[in-house]
Amino acid sequence: MNKTQNQRAWLFVAPVLALVAFNALIPLMTVVNYSVQETFGNNIFFWQGVGWFEDLLRSDRFQAALARQLVFTAIILTIEIPLGVAIALTMPRKGPWVSVCLVLMALPLLIPWNVVGAMWNIFALPEVGLLGKAINSLGIDYNMTRQPMAAWFTVILMDVWHWTSLVVLLAYAGLIAIPDAYYQAAKIDGAKPWAVFRHIQLPKMKQVLTIAILLRFIDSFMIYTEVFVLTGGGPGNSTTFLSIDLVKVALGQFDLGPAAAMSLIYFIMTLLASWVFYTVMTRNDAR
Amino acid sequence: MTLELRNVTKLAGADTHIHETNLVLATTGFNVLLGATNAGKTTLIKMMAGLERPSSGEIWFNGKNVTGVSAQKRNVSLVHQFFVNYANMNVFENIASPLRVARRSKQEIERRVGETAALLRLTPMLGRHPSELSGGQQQRTALARAIIKDSVLVLLDEPLANLDYKLREELRDELPRLFEDRGTIVVYATSEPSEALLLGGHTATLFEGRITQFGETAVAYRAPQDLVTAQVFSDPPINAAKVSKRGGEVIMNGDVRWPAEGVIAEAPDGEYTVGVRPHYVTPQRQSAAAVTLDGEILVTELSGSESVAHFSLAGKIWVAQSHGVQPYQVGEIHKFFVDVSRCLYFGADGALVAA
Amino acid sequence: MAKITLEKLRHSYLSNPSEAMDWALKELNIDWSDGGAYALLGPSGCGKTTLLNIISGLLTPSEGRIRFDGRDVTGLAPVERNIAQVFQFPVIYDTMTVYDNLAFPLRNRGVEPARVDQRVREIARLLELDDMLSKRAAGLTADGKQKISMGRGLVRDDVNVIMFDEPLTVIDPHLKWKLRSKIKELHQRVRATMIYVTHDQTEALTFADQVVVMREGEVVQIGTPVELFERPAHTFVGHFIGSPGMNVLPCELRDGATFVGDCHVPLAGPVGNGLAAAKLELGVRPEFVHFAEKGIPAQVVRTVDTGRYRVVETRAGGVRVYVFCTDDDVIPEGSTHLAFDPARTGLYADSWLVAG
Repeated sequence: MNKTQNQRAWLFVAPVLALVAFNALIPLMTVVNYSVQETFGNNIFFWQGVGWFEDLLRSDRFQAALARQLVFTAIILTIEIPLGVAIALTMPRKGPWVSVCLVLMALPLLIPWNVVGAMWNIFALPEVGLLGKAINSLGIDYNMTRQPMAAWFTVILMDVWHWTSLVVLLAYAGLIAIPDAYYQAAKIDGAKPWAVFRHIQLPKMKQVLTIAILLRFIDSFMIYTEVFVLTGGGPGNSTTFLSIDLVKVALGQFDLGPAAAMSLIYFIMTLLASWVFYTVMTRNDAR
Repeated sequence: MTLELRNVTKLAGADTHIHETNLVLATTGFNVLLGATNAGKTTLIKMMAGLERPSSGEIWFNGKNVTGVSAQKRNVSLVHQFFVNYANMNVFENIASPLRVARRSKQEIERRVGETAALLRLTPMLGRHPSELSGGQQQRTALARAIIKDSVLVLLDEPLANLDYKLREELRDELPRLFEDRGTIVVYATSEPSEALLLGGHTATLFEGRITQFGETAVAYRAPQDLVTAQVFSDPPINAAKVSKRGGEVIMNGDVRWPAEGVIAEAPDGEYTVGVRPHYVTPQRQSAAAVTLDGEILVTELSGSESVAHFSLAGKIWVAQSHGVQPYQVGEIHKFFVDVSRCLYFGADGALVAA
Repeated sequence: MAKITLEKLRHSYLSNPSEAMDWALKELNIDWSDGGAYALLGPSGCGKTTLLNIISGLLTPSEGRIRFDGRDVTGLAPVERNIAQVFQFPVIYDTMTVYDNLAFPLRNRGVEPARVDQRVREIARLLELDDMLSKRAAGLTADGKQKISMGRGLVRDDVNVIMFDEPLTVIDPHLKWKLRSKIKELHQRVRATMIYVTHDQTEALTFADQVVVMREGEVVQIGTPVELFERPAHTFVGHFIGSPGMNVLPCELRDGATFVGDCHVPLAGPVGNGLAAAKLELGVRPEFVHFAEKGIPAQVVRTVDTGRYRVVETRAGGVRVYVFCTDDDVIPEGSTHLAFDPARTGLYADSWLVAG
């Protein structure tokens, strides 16, 4: 396609640019400003240079939070993507059940994040919560306010429950876009179900799955509300992910400089990882 | 009223989509742009519509330079190959939409939609939605919208390409009548030579972004300026073979000879390319002067009333087209007769040898 | 390869069909011999795709049986019928090479690798795909992809029938004739039973030894291309095949002779009795109409030059009548008369051929 040269088109983009500037660019610049200075309140600032960044990258606390974050993201991606695809594959392609399935799938996505956290908090209570009580009655000692393993288990379960639907919906959209002729041809060619998945469904879902992985990666990297409500980052620091740590530093201790530096590192990591993901996954198409 | 392209070119990166083009289009009859896919038809149409700006050159409309003017301000109608209608509106509202935009009165809208619908035989469908219509009816709805708009310029980009051939036949018949005496410049892009001939008017043959000839359709067909034009304007493809002219004789493949008559008689001795349209290569002798070719039949085709044979002769593939159902057998050596009085001759530079 | 028999086949998409209109496919009985080339021809909505899906097993007919070589396959799934199908839009496995695409149906069936390699190369040569075997199939043009679809059917030497569902829809007009002739050539080489569904007369008549013309769920004529052209059994066939189609004029029967207005139009054969109640029409192709000194009075409306011949539109007997003229024919202006070739004029009662 050829692009039409029309300078006036910029006029239409201008309001959005202004909005983005107010929403993103100006706060971002404020953060950059904080990250290179030290303050003791009263609007008195001292130049700090890259000091905060150095301290932060060397600190055990940050490294531990980062490690927890990476492990968490890796776990939920390896669970949610295959599970989402698997559920999408079992959903009906036509008929009255389609809308029932879609509504059921959309439900978790419609619940506010803090409510999800609160729900699971009660759900997992060892004495009265359905989940907690059930596990304990099986003879397994389960209490997420005391055991880091139990806390992780609950956080991951909650995230899978909350977000797998998104992967399902995206994968499903990719699946129903495949023309019937492909399935018919595969039948005629004698393809087994695995071959159909490997050579028709998976390639055709590739683009939506790229988007699904990206979205889930970014979201899980920035997870805050649900975990904060559910465990508050505990027990100890066992579920203190990057964003929770960041809030503790910024608001709990009011260390604006280190918090700003941390935000920036966090931001750059997310951006970088997303870019790498996207480039790797779309590289084949360009060829 | 005229539409003029002055030294128009269109580049996209390093590629030239349209080489320098000069063209003057008028309201008398259809202006057909004939060429294969990617020859540049759609690019030309988009520039005429104002959807794209030429890389250089100017577009003049009725003595006014409209080069930078956007499509919205040009009063043009464009009908695409794919049926584009408003899915949420019924046929009446679809046809009425240009008039609603122009804020015409309710009575006028009702009257004119009624008239246009009757013209395109859409009256019984006015209450239906596009999804309930056949392809032909959808495309007629799109055409009705183009007609009712009273545009000074109507651009039709392969409007019949996606229709069943019987419908195509009917609409092709109707289209020139619809635009008759409307004082509208109609541009019609097609990749089918037969369509250009049936629509009449003027034809511009396009090859790789260049207009090779522009003139009355019948003239462009019967006296193509050069070999490329003849090739663009021939379906099935025109037979082209190298021949030598020696004295009063034309010699092909060493052993096929015929007397040089007509324009070729006057031409100097030398090497030429002969162009013979497939329907002048026939399995029956049409005239006493016909030359005989013995070809091995490779493929035969049959349309409703015509037979086509592809045969090989001295390593080249020739095409013969004749009326009726011919009893060809693939693999046999068949005699074909060439009416040499209908041959076109092209010089070494590809130009037609003309009187 | 197999002989295909359709026995009292009927299909309706409704659960309780009652009227004739409810049947998407009205009762039909067809015998197709082994190794033949057949076409189903008709406008969209005529039931040809329904019939195709019934043969391939994607649809189970409401009534009747389908047999391959006498064996009842009505209840079998597509994969059990051992058929191949080429779809309207090319179906290829994007991630595979051309070679792997062609090998896919054989590998799925556990054919040994040496045999797979031999068949794939054989078929690739036949389809002129041999120099792109290692390319990714997704990078090919539409005609290349459609060849792969065909190839996947051809590599199996045990298929009962290869079916084509409007396979040239997405092919560039300039390449259509090449692929059209390629399919024809393939049939002549491999001699498999092939069924080709299309709305395009050229594709159907070029490809098939026998064409089934369908309209509104009904088979109106089964015949060779010559029969369809020379003796259309129904005015629809005359209209649908040929460009322009057959002229149809209302006529009357008086004392066993046919009249258009006051003009007697002779037919070659005798006219039967009992036609009084029917709607009578004469059908004659533009090729067999001539300008004459006397005959049916007509007005010349206009002439269209198609380059190869000229088509003259006239008005006669209250309807539009087309006349074919060559470059050398003289075309009269204004009022004239038309004569029909008696051997090529048919009498149609309620649209069906009854005499001529």
